[in-house]
Amino acid sequence: MPDPIIIVGAGQAGAALAARLRGLGYDGPLLILGEEPHPPYQRPPLSKKYMSGELDIPRLLIRPASWYGEQNIELRQSTPVMEISPQERRVTLGDGAQLAYAKLALTTGAHPRRLPAAMGGDLADVFTIRNLADVDALSPVLDPGRSLLVVGGGYIGLEAAAVAASKGLKVILIEMAPRILQRVACALTSDYFRSLHGRHGVVIRESAALLELLGKDGRLTGALMQDGSVIEADLAVIGIGIAPNVDLAERAGLAVENGIVVDGSCRASAEDVYAAGDCANFPWRGSRTRLESVQNAIEQAEHAAAAMLGAGKDYDPTPWFWSDQYDVKLQIAGLCRGYDDAVPRPGRREGSQSVWYFAGERLIAVDAMNDALAYAFGKKLIEAGLSIPKAVAADSSSDLKRWAAGG
Amino acid sequence: MPKVTWVLGNGKEITAEVPVGLNMMEAAVTNNVPDVIGECGGCLSCATCHVFVDPAWFAKTGGPSEMESDMLEITLVDRQPTSRLSCQITSVPELDGLIFKVPQL
Repeated sequence: MPDPIIIVGAGQAGAALAARLRGLGYDGPLLILGEEPHPPYQRPPLSKKYMSGELDIPRLLIRPASWYGEQNIELRQSTPVMEISPQERRVTLGDGAQLAYAKLALTTGAHPRRLPAAMGGDLADVFTIRNLADVDALSPVLDPGRSLLVVGGGYIGLEAAAVAASKGLKVILIEMAPRILQRVACALTSDYFRSLHGRHGVVIRESAALLELLGKDGRLTGALMQDGSVIEADLAVIGIGIAPNVDLAERAGLAVENGIVVDGSCRASAEDVYAAGDCANFPWRGSRTRLESVQNAIEQAEHAAAAMLGAGKDYDPTPWFWSDQYDVKLQIAGLCRGYDDAVPRPGRREGSQSVWYFAGERLIAVDAMNDALAYAFGKKLIEAGLSIPKAVAADSSSDLKRWAAGG
Repeated sequence: MPKVTWVLGNGKEITAEVPVGLNMMEAAVTNNVPDVIGECGGCLSCATCHVFVDPAWFAKTGGPSEMESDMLEITLVDRQPTSRLSCQITSVPELDGLIFKVPQL
């Protein structure tokens, strides 16, 4: 029997990679090694419908547990990998067992940044949101009337704030930067979400630097801010970003720089080793890029699967993202990296709005808030490499469909 | 349990029992129906679970909501009068026998 293709990491990317290998006709041995005790599951609902209790674990799974066996895919849960050895073509498991591989895919994902212990990061009642276990610990303590401090005004922090506020907690969100979403969106989008949260009673403090979390007997009591003020809180969610899981790659001597460095075919710097998803850093439109999204996890993993079987095209995605907060769906097409202007466009419905990002005169991204039509046509335009004049973007009566069809 | 059939682009059919309460995107993924992807997990964000409802069944499934209709603008295969995003159709006993045509990508 030939050595298997081994996939390290049983998340969205690992599952997509395995499915695509089988879909493309690879019928050799295939093994997925995952750290967590669950089959691959969707992470986005964790900070949304799973956290609010509207979705249970079976429906969180990307494929039913039985699917892997049916596809002759060996899925090993609770099986962390200790070491990979590209020279010897093998991986070492926690119990010392070694497995030989023919090809190796690293879909190791990312982990949330934590506050250091010196800042109170390891106090009880301080949570991060990344894994099922994180949310299973947090959800039961989100009781109405309690106070929650959210550290970080990115999407995870805002989604957690929305769920908690909807459950009746008192929520304060602090953001170190001058505005929420600063890293990922323009001021117009920040304004929209600041005001949305304000209407739901969430207090947002921007340019607010945390000095340390305060505790008593190991439990959180609040936060001391740099300006000397104290925010009292029963619970804290830390949403200050994620970092790619690169330990294995680094120790194996693979090139690592903000993620596992891969080429357009998802190949890492050692022969027959590939990487995809949150952990991979790939060349895209002239810049090294690492995307944290479901779209990238799936599409890059599928690209890696094809590359493992000999395909040669470069990965060239149209990134897209979404976030759900209260009754607002945010959909983002493209990547606003490098924008120099952002144009607002009112939507057809109350509360619906979109923001169109331009680099020079070229459309590069759209944020659509409860405006699926703007998202749809923005995505179509960006995918096709088409642009529209800024005045057209701003004019809510302009016919986007016509422009998306090429003029 | 309602039985649902997906007719693929090549004429092949996949028929499966779909537990009540599950949506038809989840059912398609579970049953390895090709080209019904469900990238966003069924939250009306991606339009990758596009299907054509057999016209005889369209009255029973009903048409798309406004938001869903907007999303049907970016399906990979152009929408038709009975296009739906299958994540927005929940399995109920009345849909026993339902037939979808799967757009060929």
